[in-house]
Amino acid sequence: MDAITFAVQLLNGVQYGLVLFLVASGLTLVFGILGVINLAHGAFYMLGAYLAWAIASYTGSFALALVGALAISFALGVALEEVFVKRMIGRDHLAQVLLSFGLILVIDELRQILFGKDVHSVAPPSWLQGSIQLTEVLSYPVYRIALCLVCLVLAVAIFYVIQRTRLGMIIRAGAENRDMTRCLGIPFDLVNRYVFAGGIALAGLGGILVAPISTVFPGMGDGMLILSFVVVVLGGIGSVTGAAIGALLIGLTDTFGKVFFPQVSSILIYVLMAGVLLWRPNGLLGKA
Amino acid sequence: MSEILLKATALEKRYGGLKAVSGVSIDVHRDEVHAVIGPNGAGKSTLINLLSGDVSVSAGAVMLGERDITNLAPDRRARAGLGRSYQKTTIFQNSTVFENVRLAAQAHGGQALRLFGSVVRDSNVNARADSAIAEVGLARRASTIAKLMSHGEQRQLEIAMVLATEPKLILLDEPLAGMGQAEASSMIALIGRLKFGRAILLVEHDMDAVFALADRLTVMADGAVIAAGSPGHVRNHPAVRSAYLGHDHGAAA
Amino acid sequence: MIRSATPVTMIAIAAALALALALPVIAPGYYVQFASKAMLMGMLALSLNLIVGFGGLVSLCHGAFFGLAGYMLGFLTPDSGGASLWLSLPVALLTVAAVAAIIGALSLRTRGIYFIMVTLAFGEMLFYLFHDTRIGGGSDGMYIYFKPEIAIAGSALLDLEKSNTFFYVALACLVGTALLIRGLVRSPFGHALVAARDNERRALSLGFPVFRLRLAAFVISAMIAGLAGYFSAAQFGFVAPQLLGWHLSATMLVMVVLGGMSSILGPLVGALALIGLEEVLKSSFEHWKLIKGLIIIGLVFALPGGLQQLAAMLQTGSSQVPDLGADVAEPVPAPAGEARSHV
Repeated sequence: MDAITFAVQLLNGVQYGLVLFLVASGLTLVFGILGVINLAHGAFYMLGAYLAWAIASYTGSFALALVGALAISFALGVALEEVFVKRMIGRDHLAQVLLSFGLILVIDELRQILFGKDVHSVAPPSWLQGSIQLTEVLSYPVYRIALCLVCLVLAVAIFYVIQRTRLGMIIRAGAENRDMTRCLGIPFDLVNRYVFAGGIALAGLGGILVAPISTVFPGMGDGMLILSFVVVVLGGIGSVTGAAIGALLIGLTDTFGKVFFPQVSSILIYVLMAGVLLWRPNGLLGKA
Repeated sequence: MSEILLKATALEKRYGGLKAVSGVSIDVHRDEVHAVIGPNGAGKSTLINLLSGDVSVSAGAVMLGERDITNLAPDRRARAGLGRSYQKTTIFQNSTVFENVRLAAQAHGGQALRLFGSVVRDSNVNARADSAIAEVGLARRASTIAKLMSHGEQRQLEIAMVLATEPKLILLDEPLAGMGQAEASSMIALIGRLKFGRAILLVEHDMDAVFALADRLTVMADGAVIAAGSPGHVRNHPAVRSAYLGHDHGAAA
Repeated sequence: MIRSATPVTMIAIAAALALALALPVIAPGYYVQFASKAMLMGMLALSLNLIVGFGGLVSLCHGAFFGLAGYMLGFLTPDSGGASLWLSLPVALLTVAAVAAIIGALSLRTRGIYFIMVTLAFGEMLFYLFHDTRIGGGSDGMYIYFKPEIAIAGSALLDLEKSNTFFYVALACLVGTALLIRGLVRSPFGHALVAARDNERRALSLGFPVFRLRLAAFVISAMIAGLAGYFSAAQFGFVAPQLLGWHLSATMLVMVVLGGMSSILGPLVGALALIGLEEVLKSSFEHWKLIKGLIIIGLVFALPGGLQQLAAMLQTGSSQVPDLGADVAEPVPAPAGEARSHV
């Protein structure tokens, strides 16, 4: 493998990891703050992609698709928190698993009714179409580079919110000790709602941003759900930094696994997970 | 001097930079109650958890008789002959007294995990359960559901469960916590009887109980031993007096 | 702890068994085949409840064990005729046991939400193994043209190609599974398992090796799921990666909760009810999964105790809502040399 190919694969791996981070950071925050396991997280990723496709093909504008699908995802998150999820806090995990499984079936079927089950593609905005020529035979799509940059900016924004703002302080305190934070007179209902809706929005955003570089198809949510779970298991529940490390590890493992060990690439990330479980059962940055 | 059943040497527990327990050595002999006292936050509970294996040690060694148990998991320590009670009562609330104790007796049997055959009909297990229940004085309550009993009786049940595992050494973590006067005095009498043929390490805040029961005492403050010896020796030890007087939330009450 | 069966329950079980025995005589072939399928699903739910109800561990990879055993039958069936059941069934079950032992040993190092996520991920690993590689025909799956043969000394003992015979074999497996689980739950092993569910820390300090206990339960439960998967693959003559997917595992959990986790036979009732309901919905609505999803959501909020709670409510007129009961074990501080937990 020459240096350029290696660089391209590295870029692919990082870009994959960054998208994974967007989706998984939402998941890990919902686990950490609300203590709720949400198997429907992947379904919102899929829904984000379908919404983006629907809006883009109706209006012809990727920007409108981005804004619209994101807003709908966030609103859905707020509504679901209000109707279902807040009743789930403190219930056992089995009830949470069943609720989110029920939601998956409903979301999948509604998607079927509204958008059908066809595979679609979404065109990137015109100013991001085209590729950068690296060598005579290798080129790299501009949209992928833009995607990396957007994800990086978002990742920095997430870290800024968590580390520097009052909301972030509450979130960190909540992940550390939920009962204690509740005693301090913090408006936890509100925090829960926006953390949950924010998590859903991040999942949806992942789906929207990925739509132009991959196809939009019904099963895309399941695959992303499993990957996000592996990311959270690797990083540790509630740890955004852990999610970042886990996501990049998986992005790189998967990308280079496909290059070097194509036969077994699909199970490599699980081998990675098994190794981390042996070493640190609560994840790399999880609380011991 | 009688046989040493438990010997801990230079135990240490660090949480990050904080030392919860440092350099603690303690031994417990057969037929003796060895009490550990100290102000809140002295590290007494951590010490018990280190001895029982609920918390792993950062440094030091724990010997049960001739056997090094420093790195054994709690269940293996229990099978090796170390029993413990918890500060917060941890019985199975929805089962009867007998069911609770039978479970404990089963844990110590040679067939603790047999896949087939009814537990209910194992006469050896049943007999050991009966004798443990009798020893703590709950024979009349054997078929009562645990959660329906008084707090004092629940504590007695917890002791019966420990006894049913046939321990050589018993760790008691504040067995009198939350008890009324009458309950406390019968528990003190019970603990006084339990030590024969076994050894007891007792952590307790009730000083009357401690001085009534203890054959020897170890005093801890800030994670370290500040005095050890006979009750008379410890009572007049200057470091002990200053440790208790120095902490305004002093636990001597 | 398990209560002894009341006379009413005993009569109900006897009646259900009598009905099952008579079914091939009184019902048309379609119903016999459907009943065979439903009973295999019932076995699956019974097996899962050993782990979820009595072990307090929410596993999301039992679908993978179900599918894996089916694939094993596929691999062991020659092109020319049926595989010998005496050989293929033990090989399938031992394979499942070996895989379950590895997955269980890794997953049981974790607790709570982690355990759910890790079992889900390992289950999906098996799914992708069969989906993305050429093993077992890749994403297309593979056909099993011949049902396994049950023969002694060369002469056929039972002919599984006959749907009535298949039905009785499935019934025998189901009854055997129920008796096995009943025996396990009442044994010293079962009592220790329940104790570890109710208070892990206490069970450990009494001397129960909780990790080994749970691993044994996990493997036994996986093997029963494998038994159901083996016969299910034989019945349909086809296996595909979807069989291993976690949607089946989640549906199994719905069966368990629907039937009630606190009893041995509850999950069987839940399985039969859910399979029957699905069949009715499928034939009546195009978007039946939407309704299934709504029913599951309704179950979680209105009837967390399942059909048993419904029966109790109808009897007493009260509507007290209990929680599901699994996964209530207190968090345990890190014990030396053992798996550690949090959340």
